[in-house]
Amino acid sequence: MNPAFSAFAALIRRDMILAYRNHHELANPLAFFLMFASIFPLAINPEPVFLQKMAPGIVWIAALIASLLSLENLFRSDYDDGSIEQWVLSPHPLALLVLGKVVAHWCMSGLPMLLLAPLMGLLLQMPPTSITIMEMTLLLGTPSLSLIGAIGVALTVGLKRGGMLLGLLILPLYIPVLIFATSAITAAASGLPVSGQLYFLAAMSLLGVSLAPWAIASALRISVS
Amino acid sequence: MLSVHDLEYIRGERLLFTELAFSLHPGEVMQIEGANGSGKTSLMRLVAGLGLPTEGAIRWNGICIRQCREAYCQSTVYLGHGLGIKSDLTPLENLQHALAISGLALPRKDAIRALADTGLDAFMEQPSRTLSAGQNQRIALSRLILHPGTLWILDEPYTALDRQGINMLNQLLERHSAKGGMAIVSSHQPVELQVPLRTLQLS
Repeated sequence: MNPAFSAFAALIRRDMILAYRNHHELANPLAFFLMFASIFPLAINPEPVFLQKMAPGIVWIAALIASLLSLENLFRSDYDDGSIEQWVLSPHPLALLVLGKVVAHWCMSGLPMLLLAPLMGLLLQMPPTSITIMEMTLLLGTPSLSLIGAIGVALTVGLKRGGMLLGLLILPLYIPVLIFATSAITAAASGLPVSGQLYFLAAMSLLGVSLAPWAIASALRISVS
Repeated sequence: MLSVHDLEYIRGERLLFTELAFSLHPGEVMQIEGANGSGKTSLMRLVAGLGLPTEGAIRWNGICIRQCREAYCQSTVYLGHGLGIKSDLTPLENLQHALAISGLALPRKDAIRALADTGLDAFMEQPSRTLSAGQNQRIALSRLILHPGTLWILDEPYTALDRQGINMLNQLLERHSAKGGMAIVSSHQPVELQVPLRTLQLS
């Protein structure tokens, strides 16, 4: 195996092991994701017709905030214990190593969200076709969230209280994903074609995979120097 | 060979050092001395390639370390204040991970042998958070045994080590120097090696 690729795989493996040994930290953003959906009907209106209309927005806002919460500590412990310095000094491209980090993060936050979302759809009275489309928007959209978010985290990791700043920095960048994803689900509910929105989400994720690692790597270099 | 030319570094508004120049040849070990805040850690980080000096150049075999990044990273081992050790991983997992990141694909038995050499054979399978600071330091030092790099940059490697650990590290440094390796070591204690030791005083 190519040594650069094995470093990439080693980083994913390490993060998976760490997540498995600290699974409560993994569960918190997910519990938040579900909780968010269940308090909405209580606060606004439990009428099924009304909920169906609101559901795409609720699911996606919950996804954004859950992703923000789970991202906050993406590089924190690696920054504190000096791991990032070792990545920067690795002969392998830093962009590849941070991509490994983001892939691991997505597998532990985006993927479980994908698995929980149908339950949330049922709670919000979504019709089955909308649930299918919602799953597709999450599948294509959450990688963008992890990638864009990681740029913000890499920029703020050197700050003592970067949490609020992180939100201000990356929530605006999440807006295009939010718009295309919710409009796809709404269109699906009224029987309109959704492929356009889905292509856009896929394009944003692909663009993210190819460009975000370089931005994350540069931001980390600045943060450790 | 490592050579440092007219290095100047300003952190915040403070000038840490200026017109600093030295070179390090194969087999040489250099100790960096200086009071707290005199810039020892900053100097070592610059030499390792973390951060840019305000003025001056650092060259590896005559080429600026920015220009030969990959080759330079392959030939250096940097141990800073943060050891890069995850407290939820065992020493063996930590070592194997660190090696993979630094581009070495070594069999598991080599990692086990290196940990045994640093005196961690009985603790190989327990989480590093249950180990003492000195034992964590030893996990980081075990990388030195396996890494083929010729330049070691060790920032305060003696902290937290017991007397036996200090002897072990000294032996590692002596063996490294005998093989033609170079090392830069910062320490507040006198370093006692069987090989000639240079010192650089930062004020």
